[in-house]
Amino acid sequence: MSDPFYFFSELHLVKLLGIRAKNPCELLERIKQVPPSSIYYHTHRFLQQHHYLSPEPPNDFAYWVTNILGLDALGESLASVDIVRFGSIDELRQEFIRILFDYIAKGKYCLDCEAGEEFHFMDCVTVIIPTPYVARTVREFLDIIPKLSIYSLYFHVFEARMRLRNAENDFSRWLRDSGQIALADKLSRLDPYTMTLEGLREKIIKVVSSYV
Amino acid sequence: MFNIHDYAAIVGQATIDELYFLASRLQGKVIQHINSTAVGGGVAEILIRMVPLLKQLGVDARWDVIKGNEKFFAITKNMHNALHGAAVEITDDDLQFFLEVNQENAAEMALTSDIVFVHDPQPIALVDKKTAGKPWIWRCHIDFTEPDMRIYNFLKQFIERYDCAVFSAPAFSRVLSIPQILISPSIDPLSDKNKDLPESVIAEVLKRFTIDPERPLVTQISRFDYLKDPVGVIEVYRQVKKHIDCQLVLAGGGATDDPEGLRVLEDVRTAAGDDPDIHIIFLPPSSDIEINALQRASAVVLQKSLKEGFGLTVAEALWKGRPVIASAVGGIPLQIAHKYSGILTRSIEGTVFYLKQLLNEPEYARKLGLNGREHIKNNFLITRHLRDYLLLFISLYHQENIIYL
Repeated sequence: MSDPFYFFSELHLVKLLGIRAKNPCELLERIKQVPPSSIYYHTHRFLQQHHYLSPEPPNDFAYWVTNILGLDALGESLASVDIVRFGSIDELRQEFIRILFDYIAKGKYCLDCEAGEEFHFMDCVTVIIPTPYVARTVREFLDIIPKLSIYSLYFHVFEARMRLRNAENDFSRWLRDSGQIALADKLSRLDPYTMTLEGLREKIIKVVSSYV
Repeated sequence: MFNIHDYAAIVGQATIDELYFLASRLQGKVIQHINSTAVGGGVAEILIRMVPLLKQLGVDARWDVIKGNEKFFAITKNMHNALHGAAVEITDDDLQFFLEVNQENAAEMALTSDIVFVHDPQPIALVDKKTAGKPWIWRCHIDFTEPDMRIYNFLKQFIERYDCAVFSAPAFSRVLSIPQILISPSIDPLSDKNKDLPESVIAEVLKRFTIDPERPLVTQISRFDYLKDPVGVIEVYRQVKKHIDCQLVLAGGGATDDPEGLRVLEDVRTAAGDDPDIHIIFLPPSSDIEINALQRASAVVLQKSLKEGFGLTVAEALWKGRPVIASAVGGIPLQIAHKYSGILTRSIEGTVFYLKQLLNEPEYARKLGLNGREHIKNNFLITRHLRDYLLLFISLYHQENIIYL
């Protein structure tokens, strides 16, 4: 094997941007203007805060458009954005802009929500901390996965790829560097956005077990 | 007072280890909390728990209280009401007196700690004594949604001299020149109000209040206040009662010398009439076990507030695995994702519809309750609150959005 794999975890401190939207037109304008970390926060918050739910609820934009504005079709379009397909936050941002722009261009209504139910843009500071776990072999890797907190799992699968701009998740990258190409490919193909974090953990265990 | 390790059984040892790790990064730093009262009120209640727990984690946390006379606190009470949007008169002389009291306190207090953490408006002007290189935080515990703009602007000149401001809900954030942080309040799972209770205690409380344990119970716990819409809750119950044989509990406290509270209680009693299945329970302070038992015995818990600060009674009920139907106001939408971890409503009709649904579909209601409990466990327990504070303190020493420790 190559270098050992050091497991990290992450914690978030949520920042309020003081920016709000009360209808789809404002949502579009604000999505264009907020920092990338805010787009990241609103497309990934649900995963962590509601990781026990199955199926996973959508991103914050879709949730607000559906449940607050009552625009089911637009909400569905926003919810079905295939986040795993996008390699960067800016590409993801462009997809939300495209959907909202198309909706507004068709002359659909831009009615305001009730006062007090505005969409509030947020952002987060991510603090990355070490864990006591280190894997030197695939066997050790497999033994550690069940012990990890979901935040550690989240960090190596989601944060690494989307926010830290790595080409693939940390597990696949380490396995590839270690010569485990087929296993790395298999883990890379998982769509973590369509399962709970516990479901993802089980899937990883199942895939890796077949190689040990 | 609980030991930090007592929480490991609930949140897991890994969470406690994380807190110790974060605290270790604050070695040598003195963190000074400042508020306006040592006992009574929400802020003191939080600090009474928080400061000892921070100390147990190895953080040098201290707590100071400003001094003020009756006139000062009458002015700050008026300011508090004005920030909630109430029309109250605060003169320029009042504001001048407010500043003088702050200056007197600033002259007497040592304000040279590494981090100064000021809670609420009362001590806000202490920031005059801020020294370069030592971060100051202003923590706003109140609803800032529709503040009286004159008072808000008066305070804003001080707020923007802090290094950051902390709010409890997104709706309370304003356009400010300093970073704003969201830190929600929390519940303590080991407190009398939230700890597990033996079935016998729950049964005894139901018996004491002559509640039938065999029929579904719908409960709203809140002080008797028009903003909690207790009469609306009775209307909801009456419409549901036509189809489902349920009982209603409206339980809460309130100051006995508060004329409005007594008026609300009277209105509620009138609305309830002689229905034996409506239980109006005026609870004295320190009725935490009773509140705990009533929440645990409920088939559905309501929080039909018209306006709400954060609405921690929702977190309390969800922590007990109870399905909750609550108004989408204040901090409640943070606690409930509609149809995932509870139900959010905006009207009597909507509340009636969902209450019937949850009483008729106990399996669905059970699932909402389980999801709600998990959500509270991950996001609204005191351990998360401690973690957020530690992260906040650490973040003051970093400019970047991704911090490697």
